[in-house]
Amino acid sequence: MAVKVLSPGLMTTIQDMGRPGYYHLGIPIGGAMDRLALRTANMLVGNDEGAAGLEAVFMGPELEFTSDAVVAVTGADLPPKLDGQAMECWTSFPVKAGQVLSFDYLRSGARAYIAISGGIDTPPALGSRSTYAIGALGGVDGRAIQAGDELPLGPSSADAAGKTVPDALRRAPGSPAELRVLPGLYWHRITETSGDRFFEETWKVAGEADRMGYRFQGGTPLDFIEREPPFGAGSDPSNITDACYPYGSIQVPGGTEPIVLHRDAVSGGGYFMIGTVISADMDLIGQLQPNTPARFVRTDMHGALAARQDRARMLASIREALAQ
Amino acid sequence: MAKQEIRSPLPGTFYRKPAPDQPEFKAPGDHVAKGDVIGLVEVMKSFHEIRSDFEGTLTGFVVDNEDAVTPGQVLAEIES
Repeated sequence: MAVKVLSPGLMTTIQDMGRPGYYHLGIPIGGAMDRLALRTANMLVGNDEGAAGLEAVFMGPELEFTSDAVVAVTGADLPPKLDGQAMECWTSFPVKAGQVLSFDYLRSGARAYIAISGGIDTPPALGSRSTYAIGALGGVDGRAIQAGDELPLGPSSADAAGKTVPDALRRAPGSPAELRVLPGLYWHRITETSGDRFFEETWKVAGEADRMGYRFQGGTPLDFIEREPPFGAGSDPSNITDACYPYGSIQVPGGTEPIVLHRDAVSGGGYFMIGTVISADMDLIGQLQPNTPARFVRTDMHGALAARQDRARMLASIREALAQ
Repeated sequence: MAKQEIRSPLPGTFYRKPAPDQPEFKAPGDHVAKGDVIGLVEVMKSFHEIRSDFEGTLTGFVVDNEDAVTPGQVLAEIES
């Protein structure tokens, strides 16, 4: 039971829910950038929610099946085709041995999640099959899939084809995308006016946006409060004495272009952080294309925790809808 | 003679040259073979070659050098 890669797409990686527990050693959690989408794709094909699937960014792969399977594509609107025939997103469909899965042009979003019944069964590294390409860890030999790869599949349990996710439970960013931010840890480094403006302006996703971080541009450079550089920090006002970088933290090198660290984040460094995108909105970032307008929306800890509960309720609703 | 369209599979920035100081891959009126590179789309810090699926004469570009493009957007037209 395997899937042959005929063409890989742009950068298609095997991802699951990641490998927590090694960030202090510089190895990020990794895993699907849009976790809810991967969980949902797995539910659609009858897998465990955390099974490994494929994350295809902007462009889909071409895959040939060597055995019968059930497939679902969620996340970005990247329309699947089976032997050239259009199939639905967010809906599981049966695939026969010998059939070829390919994709049409991306219509919206950025990352599609392809779940296959049985899940992808490459060897786990540090407890996860997620591909961390920069560290050459997980996936197929620590890299994105390539033409000629044969991706092994695990044993599949149920025949789950024909399930579909109700429209209201298909989460996608609006336009402009709204990303809720908890200000800190270095909020005190910028002026109040500058901080207000950061939230008022509409930014735009830059071309430099990947699994490690998403860069935004188009807003006004930040105004810093003058200081004596502390020991270990450089003279640039955006420098700090090296510190830990949380997932979702927004560093602004030189005060010009904010970068939100994502699943393959670097664990520390010397840039100040204006705040942190809340965990509930991290999935949305994974669905932003370059040039997409985006706004940062100020929230507080209560708002962040309430948003996390909303996400948990949405996940519960998806489970309920697909259990029937 | 049929008009064919070359589309971008990716969102990003379109370039007609391999590097700023080098000549354009193709100019209007040029012959294009199947598999020829007609431009680059830059996204996620990497450059992706855009190849023609058709043989014929390049009649024109629909987007300018360094324009932002979206997936499925027509980049150039070819008479085959």
